[in-house]
Amino acid sequence: MIEKPRIRVKTFKIDGIDVTGRADQTVLDVAIENGIDIPRLCYMEGLKSIGACRLCLVEIEGQRGLISACTARISEGMSVLTKTDRLLKYRRQILELLFSERNHQCAVCVSNGHCELQNMAISVGLTHVDIAYLNPKLNIDASHRRFLNDPNRCILCNRCVRVCDEIEGAHTWDLLGRGVDTRVVTDLDEHWGISESCTGCGKCVHVCPTGALSEKGVSVAEMAKRRNFLPYLKSNRGIS
Amino acid sequence: MKKITIDPVTRIEGHAKITIDLDDSGKVTNARMHVTQLRGFEKFCVGRPFTEMPSLTARTCGICPVSHLISASKACDMILAVKPPHTGRQLRRVINLAQIMQSHALNFFHLSSPDLLLGFDAPKEDRNIFNLIKTHPDIARNGIGLRAFGQKIIEQLGGKRIHPGWIVPGGVSHKLEPEIKDWILKGIPEQIKVTRDILDWFKKEIKNFNEEIRTFANYPTLFLGLVNDNGELEHYDGKVRVMDHIGKIVADKLDPREYQSYIGEAVEEDSYLKSPFYKPFGYPNGVYRVGPLARLNIADRCGTPIADEEHAEFKSLERGPILSSFFYHYARLIEIIYCLEKIEMILKTDDILDPHIRSFAEPNRLEGIGMSEAPRGTLMHHYRIDENGLITFANLIIASGNNNLAMNHGVYQVAKHFIDGNNITDGALNRVEAVIRAFDPCLSCSTHAIGKMPLMLELRDSNKKIVDIKTRGI
Ligand code: SF4
Ligand code: SF4
Ligand code: FES
Repeated sequence: MIEKPRIRVKTFKIDGIDVTGRADQTVLDVAIENGIDIPRLCYMEGLKSIGACRLCLVEIEGQRGLISACTARISEGMSVLTKTDRLLKYRRQILELLFSERNHQCAVCVSNGHCELQNMAISVGLTHVDIAYLNPKLNIDASHRRFLNDPNRCILCNRCVRVCDEIEGAHTWDLLGRGVDTRVVTDLDEHWGISESCTGCGKCVHVCPTGALSEKGVSVAEMAKRRNFLPYLKSNRGIS
Repeated sequence: MKKITIDPVTRIEGHAKITIDLDDSGKVTNARMHVTQLRGFEKFCVGRPFTEMPSLTARTCGICPVSHLISASKACDMILAVKPPHTGRQLRRVINLAQIMQSHALNFFHLSSPDLLLGFDAPKEDRNIFNLIKTHPDIARNGIGLRAFGQKIIEQLGGKRIHPGWIVPGGVSHKLEPEIKDWILKGIPEQIKVTRDILDWFKKEIKNFNEEIRTFANYPTLFLGLVNDNGELEHYDGKVRVMDHIGKIVADKLDPREYQSYIGEAVEEDSYLKSPFYKPFGYPNGVYRVGPLARLNIADRCGTPIADEEHAEFKSLERGPILSSFFYHYARLIEIIYCLEKIEMILKTDDILDPHIRSFAEPNRLEGIGMSEAPRGTLMHHYRIDENGLITFANLIIASGNNNLAMNHGVYQVAKHFIDGNNITDGALNRVEAVIRAFDPCLSCSTHAIGKMPLMLELRDSNKKIVDIKTRGI
């Protein structure tokens, strides 16, 4: 007789509230299930979490270091804090760094009003950036017939890389370079329009949190992303 | 020789500086206005998707963003090789007219009427809209209401008042809702009445401004603007007409898309603004004026009943075209009436609520040119793109640039008449300011609505040594 695997449930606290989750869940999963909001950008339901943006950092009582909620497994009896002064300060700083690293001109951006970075900034009350802007000179790749890649708006969340690899199976996107010089590239840093691996499915465009990847021909503030396909595809492939 | 420099210093980009040369006896020998505007903007657009141009260019200007959206979207239509659906074009017309109306109201009531109602020699502290509210409460209130009406129309149609994203390549993004249509139609009669009242007052007052009429850039130039196929006033589409100073139409039905064959652009020393001229006449003989005065001069009729009557009366001021730039004010008031009447006419057509308002296409041409009439005159956008749709070249001829040379001349005339280098009075400075304001240039200084432009006056002797500096409002 095959024994049913026992679902192991763990109980712990988030911001003083008692919560329970499956042993294979992350702190962020359980927080979301319980309606506790933890700011996040690189996380996307249906894709593997990689802890790239560091926005979801939380504190565990009794531990000195901070951990990213999207990658941290839960453990019995832990006490997670999501809104300490230290965290609020770091979140702001992370957002300021994201804005200062590239060229974000929300007013003329296709994603204005639908942008996760912008929403995040609004939610933490970020009205201005104190860190000096780097103003990098980055060229748009408009070689694809239907899509645009504007690295000026990219926050290196890696969602495009992941969705293309994990869901579409094409692995067109990758990261090139290190640190602030990192860029997402198609194939071997060739123009998107001549990529042989790209199937043109558009999933990367729709998971992209900002105006970095967009459809051609849309005007300012018109690029609302459609993401309902993700959980659906995920369950089809049996990914939990 | 002494040199006076008037420098309206502003906090935002784009400011004008005026230099006045005096001889040893204090007489004005020369005057020039230097403009620093749109510097490098065209370069800045290179490499961006052409679809971004409407919002990018609208951002260059907080005063007439809708006009940039219109010309830019028309240039994009040409790149897409589409004609927006009829209703889409009509709705663009409505928002353009609303913009012109509110901009004219701003110029006339907020900026210029304190000069006209309280006098050019009134103390500068008094010449502002706040004082006007005290001395002429009805006029001030009506003016504020009129502008608010125009702004509200823009807001209702475009979503955001200052930079609406509603006008897009191919048409407009949302159809007109019946409640908004009804709301606009309801408000129009009252605003027409208000404008007629002030126009009647203005016509009576004209005789008190003879000196200003004589000196406010009152000189022969060409006039240029768009008219429709019937020779009537046209702000959205139409063809270019050029009239000379005696009223002869020297060119008609010129295609905006071929502007380069008849408009040249001279770059003048000391100025970042290009000075366009009518090519067949060469430079500087081809100097032309644009804007309300030019439009009313070149048009045979307005095409709406009340404005037509007023236009006929306006034209009877002189045998040829009206040459004094002082009458920009008069022309602005007539255009406000026209805008209100025309909006009403358009909104009363059957298909204005039609949901078919936007055409979609991919780029089918590598070049696009869009021309429309902005509050201050003809506005031209010209783009080229690469095969991926990224901008490789952009050229903008803005209305204020069109009037640049005429404005210079006006400053010279006024300075010569009113300025005495030995005793520079506030009244004289006010008139220098006012002649610029008559053109309503799209400089940031024209938005300093509180009665006075920030001015810096530099007196320099013949060795160019500064002997005196006068400032105000900085
Ligand atoms: S991507 Fe987002 S944050 Fe960046 S410019 Fe666009 S709207 Fe603004
Ligand atoms: S292009 Fe978009 S999805 Fe890809 S890394 Fe940049 S921001 Fe993320
Ligand atoms: S959401 Fe966890 S690190 Fe980005």
